Amino acid sequence: MGCGGGGNCCKNKKKAEWKPLPQLMGRANDIPRTVKILDIKQENPSVKTFTLDISVGGRPGQFVNLWIPRVNEKPFSIAFDDGRTLQLSIAKVGPFTELLFEKKVGDKVGIRGPYGKVFMFGEEERVAVVGGGYGAAPLYFTAAHVIALGGTVEFFMGARSKDHLLFTERVEALEGANLHVATDDGSVGFEGYNATLLADLLKDGLKLDRILTVGPELMMKAVSNIALEYDIPCQLSVERYMKCGFGVCGQCVIDDSGMTTCMNGPVMDHKLARKHSEFGKYHRDSMGRKKDW
Amino acid sequence: MSLSITYNSVAFQNPLVLASGILGVTGNSLKNVAENGAGGVTTKSIWLEEHKGHPNPTMIGDKHFFLNAVGVPHGGIEKAYEEVATYMAWKNEMDGRAPLIGNIIANTAENFGKTAEALMKCEVLPDLLEVNISCPNVEDEFGKPFACDLDQASRVTEIVKKATQGKIPIIVKLSPNVDDIVSIAKGVEDAGADGLCCFNTFGPGMAIDIETAQPILANKVGGVSGPGLKPLVVKKVYDVYKAVKIPIIGTGSVISGRDAIELMMAGATLIGMGTAVYYRGADVFAKVAKEMEDWCVENDVKDLSEIVGLAHRM
Repeated sequence: MGCGGGGNCCKNKKKAEWKPLPQLMGRANDIPRTVKILDIKQENPSVKTFTLDISVGGRPGQFVNLWIPRVNEKPFSIAFDDGRTLQLSIAKVGPFTELLFEKKVGDKVGIRGPYGKVFMFGEEERVAVVGGGYGAAPLYFTAAHVIALGGTVEFFMGARSKDHLLFTERVEALEGANLHVATDDGSVGFEGYNATLLADLLKDGLKLDRILTVGPELMMKAVSNIALEYDIPCQLSVERYMKCGFGVCGQCVIDDSGMTTCMNGPVMDHKLARKHSEFGKYHRDSMGRKKDW
Repeated sequence: MSLSITYNSVAFQNPLVLASGILGVTGNSLKNVAENGAGGVTTKSIWLEEHKGHPNPTMIGDKHFFLNAVGVPHGGIEKAYEEVATYMAWKNEMDGRAPLIGNIIANTAENFGKTAEALMKCEVLPDLLEVNISCPNVEDEFGKPFACDLDQASRVTEIVKKATQGKIPIIVKLSPNVDDIVSIAKGVEDAGADGLCCFNTFGPGMAIDIETAQPILANKVGGVSGPGLKPLVVKKVYDVYKAVKIPIIGTGSVISGRDAIELMMAGATLIGMGTAVYYRGADVFAKVAKEMEDWCVENDVKDLSEIVGLAHRM
């Protein structure tokens, strides 16, 4: 006898067991918190590193949303989080970052996060990190963690030219890391792509347990091709237009799975990325329209 | 135990429907939500032309509330055709699992008609059409939502009903931010609506960063949602159910199976969920469905339709 509204079901009702209410997700704190800029360092002609008076407990590969009150809020990968301060290395590429570049030490910006998946690696691994352009910043953070776990790092850094390289001094100073530089114009290091440099060294007998890459999608796809050829585990960072950062707005979904890259990425296994028909082909703008890479 | 239920002659495997505006940018995203257990899915609001949303922050939340002013960005009707086709092709492969609700928005009553008419040109039509006359986030652009005025709400309903020519049922999404929800619900029913979605977000509300004394949302104000609103939603759905004969999608505050059952007892046939994704993840639909199922088994409910409006009959 079902519950037809006559009250019968309630007479037959088994003794109710007490059940706890469902647990809410852990974070539930996604409101930007404004913090002071402690330091600003010009890294190269287009990139500044902002050190902020907050630790978000961020790990390599994750990102935060940075808010300039009354202007906008954008996601940026974490360049370092040492448990006391947060560093973001940001290139001046548009109106938002132009305004950010006018900020002085002591000014306030909003931060929420960390968001997204992290790079996964084990202890004492030989890891190649392959960074294109600004990808070098989160990979320096990653390299530091790999080395802290007893591993070694072959750091492949690619950029258009000498002026666009980022963090070369920091990487050189990192014990356990070996820097390889490639520039498109040959102004320093290998003339050509860092993926080519990686392939050449693998051909010469370089042994790796893992490849981690951040940079333009077509570059990461080239790196992924090499990883497949040599059967080396590889993770990459899929960058899509993001708004909320916590898997609700749905702006950063990818075809064909339709999953959000803020929650299921940005870091993902390259084989998962390759299952997506849009990987290496297109992404979407703020209105959801497809844009070819 | 089956949670299946029928709404306006459309069969749903369970009453949990993805609310409009959440995870609805692409057909594949909607598919992903259906694969995560949703009984049905609703597209993001479709504009005839491209429409830019607001800058960020557009969504913020904590354990007590959720605030959003995304500003209804959309790529326009051509994009809608593509995404609807992607979803309907998948749905067809899945033997009709998880019906699609197309949601439209416009700036004038006439443009609502044009948008509905344009959407009727989809190769495969959505199963239902939802008319968003209640977005609280575009007031600066378009003034008070149509849902806040009886005559305007009724007029949009009439125009859309005419434009769809009875091809698919139309559901009008109401605003909770009115003095007399009952008269608006009745007016919309009289104007030809086949169903109601109760409700859009509350407010609008505001959050201010106290370190800088600045409103946080770029739009300054945004719609309020989240579990704390449940008593308000339950009461208003209860009132509307008493006043109309057309079925209701109860949307707002539901994050658990018990919440869903409660809102159904108030009068909802289907349950819309959006903010629940924030609190319990993308698979919240499967989780809530399981909780509903467990409750139904414990309470010997064989058919969910038995509990729709039960609070009115006890």
